[in-house]
Amino acid sequence: MSDTAKNGLSRYITAKDVKRSAIMAVWFMFLTFPIMVIKVNTVTDTVEWRWFNMLIIGVASFILSHVWKLMIDRREGRMADAVSSSVIVEKKTLRDRMEEKPMIKKVGSLVILVIAVLFPIVTGMYQTSIMITALLYVVLALGLNIIVGLGGLLVLGYIVFYGVGAYTYALLNYHFGLNFWLALPLGGIFAMIIGILIAIPVLRLRGDYLAIVTLAFGEIFRIVMENWNGLSFGPSGIANIPRPTLFGLDFSIQQSTTLTYYVIVIFVIITIFIVRRLEDSRLGRAWVAMREDEIAGEAMGIDMWKTKLAAFALSTFWAGVAGVIFAGKTTFINPASFTMWESILVLCMVVLGGMGSIPGVISGALIITLLPEYLRAFSELRMLIFGAVLVLVMVFKPEGMIPAIRQKYEFKGITGNKNKGDK
Amino acid sequence: MAPILDVKKLRMDFGGLRAVNDVDLYINEGEIVALIGPNGAGKTTFFNCITGVTKPTAGDVMITPPSSGKTERINGLKPNTITERGLARTFQNIRLFQNMTVLENVMIGRHPRMKAGVLGAILRDPRTKAEEKQVIEDSYEILKKLNLEMFVNELAKNLPYGAQRRLEIARAMATEPFLLLLDEPAAGMNPQETRELDDTIVRIRDTEGITILLIEHDMSLVMSLSERIYVVDYGKLIATGVPEDIKSNPEVIKAYLGEEINA
Ligand SMILES: Nc1ncnc2c1ncn2[C@@H]1O[C@H](COP(=O)(O)OP(=O)(O)O)[C@@H](O)[C@H]1O
Ligand SMILES: [Mg+2]
Repeated sequence: MSDTAKNGLSRYITAKDVKRSAIMAVWFMFLTFPIMVIKVNTVTDTVEWRWFNMLIIGVASFILSHVWKLMIDRREGRMADAVSSSVIVEKKTLRDRMEEKPMIKKVGSLVILVIAVLFPIVTGMYQTSIMITALLYVVLALGLNIIVGLGGLLVLGYIVFYGVGAYTYALLNYHFGLNFWLALPLGGIFAMIIGILIAIPVLRLRGDYLAIVTLAFGEIFRIVMENWNGLSFGPSGIANIPRPTLFGLDFSIQQSTTLTYYVIVIFVIITIFIVRRLEDSRLGRAWVAMREDEIAGEAMGIDMWKTKLAAFALSTFWAGVAGVIFAGKTTFINPASFTMWESILVLCMVVLGGMGSIPGVISGALIITLLPEYLRAFSELRMLIFGAVLVLVMVFKPEGMIPAIRQKYEFKGITGNKNKGDK
Repeated sequence: MAPILDVKKLRMDFGGLRAVNDVDLYINEGEIVALIGPNGAGKTTFFNCITGVTKPTAGDVMITPPSSGKTERINGLKPNTITERGLARTFQNIRLFQNMTVLENVMIGRHPRMKAGVLGAILRDPRTKAEEKQVIEDSYEILKKLNLEMFVNELAKNLPYGAQRRLEIARAMATEPFLLLLDEPAAGMNPQETRELDDTIVRIRDTEGITILLIEHDMSLVMSLSERIYVVDYGKLIATGVPEDIKSNPEVIKAYLGEEINA
């Protein structure tokens, strides 16, 4: 290890590398030329040539390309080390220490909870509203994580169920004046029913096929909603959906937003609680076994059909409830809110955060929703930076930012096993 | 009493290829029986047909579980149903749940013997809790029987090869089978590990009362372990009998000619 580290520096600054980085820099300058250099001033109808930007891009990509190479080398070095030494070297991470001392975990959770409760009071309505959106995605990501992260089934049309929830509330309210609180469970249940109906025919499919079919279902949902004016009011959508209130009182927008915020916070907590318990149960283990090896799972007596159906049903429920909250928050929905792009975004959150890992998926959702929000200052570069972050994480931490860890158990008479037994 | 497994005229076609050709085979309770034959003879396919991984083209697979004594035809049942009935298997190319711990792999094996459903998982009622606790303990006991307890919290993929093979057996045993089907359990093991495996298999039969059908290429293991041997070649049964007869059977020698006995 120390050898590789020593050689590392001298090895990586070779003439070949410099040349490679230079080519890369030129390539990036060329690639970003249209957005970074040319700027059309629509008022005066002239073109501004911002050559300085090009210089920055060139220098930045030259340096970054070296950093990139160095990181790749280090990663490969680490992997080679892991392979060559048969003994698994245990490195203590913050995570391990947290597992050893449940106090840290408890205090941490408490701090997060206090911050979450105070958030709308300390910050304004604008921030609260952004946070509601972020937390909606947290719920979606946790829900999708059941199918994708635990069950290993690649489902691409997940946003459909979010849409079903939102339309359930919007339509039942429009026609029957149903209030938000009753719509909450109904949205979830409707989404679940649709989820099961879709699941039954597609469950015999695996991998890519399942992904394509669910993607198609997603598009069908959107197109139907856009064209079936009698049901969904088409692309113009449904407006004036009531915000949540309490005890039939009249709430100001600000009060409603705060209420919505607390509803989603409570809902996130419930979701985490239930997903935690599911994960660590007979059903949860069956999901993971299905992800790991379906044939072996069946040979161990797991009914794959039931297990998949349970994953679909439980996963789609969360999306439905989140959809109701979404409709209550925005007061207006139309099919444009439920595009394929949204499905893919939620999938990115799960993959980026760490498949099957609750803290991972939550951070993935928060980062993917909040990062572009706070990058608005760099509006043009926003998506570029966003994409670069995604690629970097996938290259250097393919198992996600916070990979899943398995439950450990303690027994009398064995040593060397850290960790809790039953909690 | 009827044989616990009675296979009659089992046939499996893959397109034009007849991988299993009208094979008859039976096993009585408490036996250790070996199924041998050159590579590609159709042994794994035979296992797949019995365990429901593939649906046989023709023939009957009958089981008579010692607990109930009732004979049942199981062709075409789903693999998980067959496992529930009491047949368990290991795989030639190891198929562990790589990213689960050793203990969890065995706990999955307990799945068909557990009851907890979605509500139990969420509510964690006393019954679910007790069941969960019991499963953890039972699984650990099974690990001990196969000398795997030191790996209990290790991920399956990090185990040495021989231990992975033993974990496959442990996982299969967790389903409480009356018949255990082992597909080349000694493949890739060193001589020391193979000797230990020999003891382990006998112990499983003697103390657990599990009947064993194994596919194996290691001839010394086959000869020392098995009470009866079936030999297949090109999907056809070419000989059956006690080890001494098989060793001197000219057909068997011919089938194995040109192939190393240990391959
Ligand atoms: N799923 C399948 N599809 C087509 N051919 C198969 C399949 N499984 C096995 N075979 C063929 O059946 C024959 C027997 O294979 P197998 O049962 O694996 O042999 P053995 O386990 O005795 O080495 C081989 O020729 C193999 O190629
Ligand atoms: Mg084979």
